[in-house]
Parts: sequence; C-alpha cells; structure tokens
Amino acid sequence: MENNLLEVHRLKKYYPITGGLLGRTIGHVKAVDDVSFSIQKGETFGLVGESGSGKSTTGRTILRLLEKTEGEVRFQGIDVHALNRQELRALRPRMQYIFQDPYSSLNPRVRIGEALGEALLDHGLLPQAEVRERVLEVMALCGLATYHVDRYPHEFSGGQRQRIGIARAIMMNPDFIVADEPVSALDVSIQAQIINLFAELQEQRKLTYLFISHDLSVVEHLCTRIGVMYLGSLLELAPRDELFLEPLHPYTKALLSSVPLPIPKKKRERIVLQGDMPSPANPPTGCKFHTRCPYVKDICRQEVPAFREVSTDRFVACHLV
Amino acid sequence: MNALVEIQNLSTYFKSEQGVVKAVDALDLRVHEGETVCIVGESGCGKSAAAMSLMGLIPEAVGSIVSGEIWFAGRDLRKVSKEEMRKLRGNELAMIFQEPMSSLNPVLTIGEQIMEPIMEHQGVSKKAAQARAVELIELVGIPRAKEIAKSYPHELSGGMLQRIMIAIAISCNPRLLIADEPTTALDVTIQAQILDLLLKIKEESQTAILFITHDLGVVAEMADHVVVMYAGKVVEVSPVVELFEEPKHPYTQGLLRSKPVLNQRKAKLYSIPGQVPNPTTLGESCYFLDRCDQCLDICRVKQPPLRDGGDGRKVACWLYEEEITRGK
Repeated sequence: MENNLLEVHRLKKYYPITGGLLGRTIGHVKAVDDVSFSIQKGETFGLVGESGSGKSTTGRTILRLLEKTEGEVRFQGIDVHALNRQELRALRPRMQYIFQDPYSSLNPRVRIGEALGEALLDHGLLPQAEVRERVLEVMALCGLATYHVDRYPHEFSGGQRQRIGIARAIMMNPDFIVADEPVSALDVSIQAQIINLFAELQEQRKLTYLFISHDLSVVEHLCTRIGVMYLGSLLELAPRDELFLEPLHPYTKALLSSVPLPIPKKKRERIVLQGDMPSPANPPTGCKFHTRCPYVKDICRQEVPAFREVSTDRFVACHLV
Repeated sequence: MNALVEIQNLSTYFKSEQGVVKAVDALDLRVHEGETVCIVGESGCGKSAAAMSLMGLIPEAVGSIVSGEIWFAGRDLRKVSKEEMRKLRGNELAMIFQEPMSSLNPVLTIGEQIMEPIMEHQGVSKKAAQARAVELIELVGIPRAKEIAKSYPHELSGGMLQRIMIAIAISCNPRLLIADEPTTALDVTIQAQILDLLLKIKEESQTAILFITHDLGVVAEMADHVVVMYAGKVVEVSPVVELFEEPKHPYTQGLLRSKPVLNQRKAKLYSIPGQVPNPTTLGESCYFLDRCDQCLDICRVKQPPLRDGGDGRKVACWLYEEEITRGK
C-alpha cells in the first residue's frame, strides 16, 4: 500500500542458546518469531503484550538497533536491514527511539542543552550557531522550561526526563518514532501529561508512532491500530474499537478482562488465566497460547494456527475463530 | 467497634542532604478486623513510609517516628519492646512487598523460608512445619507443592514468588496483612491471579488488609475504605464506592480524571498540571496549591485540616469548610 510508512514482513529475531563443553548452539530463543504488520503514515500503531512477549525486541529490530535473523523491514520503501553503515546513518534521523527510562540513556555529566543538540551537530543537520536556538524551541514545545537548558540530568524529575527523551527524538525532525513503554514508570498525574504531549506532537508534526506498552488503557487511548503479542508472535491485530469492544482471540479477551477498572463493585466476567507464560526458549507446540487457553482443543496442541485476515484489517491466529 | 489498627497523629521524618523530609505528616488511620483499607497516592506521598512505621521498620540511619501513637490490638506499638515487636512481626502483623525476589533468601529453599516463621512463632516441630509449608503452597494455588518446597527462589517466576511471599505472610494467621504494591511488578494476567488470591484469603480468614498502591483500578477492586495521601498528608478518607462516585478533594478528582479507563476513551486526557512539590521546602500553604484549579485565598496562607464530614468521609480541603461546619 502506498500509505504505508513501515512494512514488517515475516520478521524473525532469534538468540542462540549455547551449551555443552564446546559452547555449541543447542537451541534458540525465538524473541520475535515470524511477525508481519504495516504502519500507515500518521497513525499510532500499538504493540501490547506481557513481559517477554517480544514487543521491545520487535521495536528495536525494526529500527535496526538489533540485527534481524530473517524477514524484511521496509521504511518508506527502503529495506532497512539491507543498508550499509553510511546509508543507515543517513536514515537514522528520520526514525527515532524513545526509552522507558530516559535517565539511563543520558550522560550524567552532559548538560541537557548539549545532550539535545549533540545529534544535530553529529549528523550535520544544522550549523553550530543555530543549534542552541533549535534546542530551546524544541524544549518549549515539549513542555520543558527553557531556562533549564544548562542543567544536568539528575536535576530533573521523572516526568521531565521523559520530556527530555521525547525532545531528543523530536530534535531530529523524524517521520517515525518507536516509543518503548514511555509512560510506564510515571505516576498517573504525570503520565496523563506525557500522553497528551505525544498526541499534540503527532498532530503538529504529522508523526507516525509505534507505541509499545503493556498498559491496555493507555494503548486504547493513544493507538489507532493494535497488535497483541505473545511469546514472539502476533495473535491478533485490529483497529482500536474492534479490538477493545469485540476482541476475538482468547488471549486478548483474557488480557482485557484482567485490567482492574476504577469502578468499585462492578461485576465483570473475568477470565483468569492459569499459570505463567511459558519460556520463549521452549515454546509450546501448536498454538503457543494453548497451555493457558481456557478453550483449548486437540488441534491447538498440534497445529500452529495461521495468522489470517478474518475481516477487513482484522487478523487473528486462532483455530477457534 | 474498636479498630484493630488505630494510628493517631503519626509523623515520620527522614533526614536528607537538603533538609528534613516529612514523609508522613500527622497521619490518622484506622483498620477494622476483616476490612481492607487502601492507601493510594503517587511516588513519594508517604504511603510506604506509613506502612514501614507501622511495622517498626524505619531504619534509624534514615529517619524516625517523631510523634504519634500506633495502636494495634490494644497495644501501642511505639511503646512495646524490641523483643515484643519481633514477636508480633511475621506473626500477628505480616507484610508483603513489591519485589518478592529481593525479600527472599536466594540460598534457602522455598520450603525452609516458609517454615522459618512457623517454627519461630508457633513453636512447632520441624516435621509439622514442613507439612504446613506444603499445605500453604497448595493454598496459594501453586501445583506440585512438594517439589516447589524443595526449589530455590531463582527457579520460580515473579508471580509464583509473590504467591510464596503471601504463603509466608499468612503462615501464622496474621490479624493484619500489609501489602505494599504487591502486584506492581507483575503482568496484568498475573496481577489478576494475585488479587483474586488476596480476596479469597480475606474472605476465608477475615484477615484485615492494609493495601498500598498507586493504581486506582486495584483500589476499586480491593478496598472497603480508601485513604488518599499527597506529600505526606492524608487529603481524603472515604468508603470506596463514594470515593469513586463523588471524589471530594481536587487531587482525588484530578487523579481519577487523568487515568485512562478501558472502554471510556476521551479525545483528550485531563492532566493535573505541574508536579509534586519539593518535600524539603513545604510551607504553611496547602501542599496541593500550585496544582489546584479550585484554590481559594485561604489556601495560600493556611493548611486545611482533615475534617470529618460525619458521613464516614473526611477531607482536608478549604472548599468543604463551610459545608462541614454547617452540617454540625
């Protein structure tokens, strides 16, 4: 499709497990296992799932912060994993990454102003004389007081540091941002500020986001389409309203019913899943979810369900749907 | 009815390089038998410090309780000896924490760690304690209990470890269980399992629970009564239904409005402006002043006291002063 900014095709990222005396590869952790989806220009695509589902690895492999094992990532038609170092470097400013904890990605001895301007100078995007002005402009845009420009990272609160993380990404004037759990470490009142900032920036700058989160209420608020991951695979993909009002996959249903709602005494039918997510080093045969699925049938233990389109733009991998 | 826990005017201060931090500032709190009270608030509001004060676990090097009374089952815990306090902890008073991995000993088996308080407090034989440990592991919903008793913490998942922590906590049938963010580090499907387990324990053994959390969804699910804290102070106390239906304090209102809720999407989220004040530079004004959209002149000069509305609700806000005094 022409409208697609990003296309992910059968992406795989495996990590070898070594063992034995000779340190040979004796197996693989399939962190991302045959994942395909596309993101349209200007949309916010959400990836949800529990810890260990492979959502962050997917995000990082898309930006080629990690090398893929197999598959293809096309960003505006460019095969990201086929680029050489120089070409990749030239593409970097257009795709940016925001971390959960921006503090750990900031040098404690570098003033914020410098940290924000660094990449602009490095990539030669602006002459030195204009960098500071641009830093101040973006700081204001991201809700940071411009007189804080000469402060050090430790002088900022959690919410302000996340604003710095966002400012650093915006600085490069990107088309696409992967935001990895950007509000998970924040308190509710600050979280709302940052969520609104993401929405405002998107509108002003026509940004496209891949928003990775385990928090379904935040994802519902921000995302236009959502993919649900489990043990490295996508189990369901749907536009927001369809997914939240009428989830198809048993895992999505369980996930949604597990979210505690701030409505006391409300009786809900809750699907409490038994047990834990199995280890990605040794995933179950057939459908990866079958060990915890309340509706499991024989076929689920034997055959991997295809990830197929069940109606326009709705995909699900389940034998029972 | 006498309360199981009655905290009066408790203040716990921490020392810091920038000055004294009033982590808990004149706290009043009550927990009745069989009741779940949730303390809710954001990071640094003093909710954990309140629980640690109650357990007598504030490290001397960092801070201390400077005033107040902590009554538990007819005894003032500030006046009991260290030895007596040690007998209470893990026995009548038990606690579970956010990170089970860091509260368990990595070189002892799960079974040994469950047996320890049982042998210590109930004076039973090793064999009886062993049997009880296996029973408890089953009770918290872990299959293959005998095998699990022989395993070490690193062999279990986060959700299982939290179940083990709960097993240890309930091993001596405590009268009060303090749970400090027990599900915050867990995935939502595992959180649902743990919350269900705590509800079941409460129902079956009538254990009172003091539940500390920042998650309003968890509050709605667990609490009978809610205490909202901000910057070391209690700003609102209310039965759970009333709090969510008609929050009184502007901070509670703001918190509820700024949380995205499943299937109730709004175009724009409300957000409380600004951030929590620096705890070392608090003055005479209301601590929420800078972030409040309904503030009055008096809020700038005088801190509002926590007033009892007579309907089971308390609020510390000048907006209700007239309403409350008129009602009396």
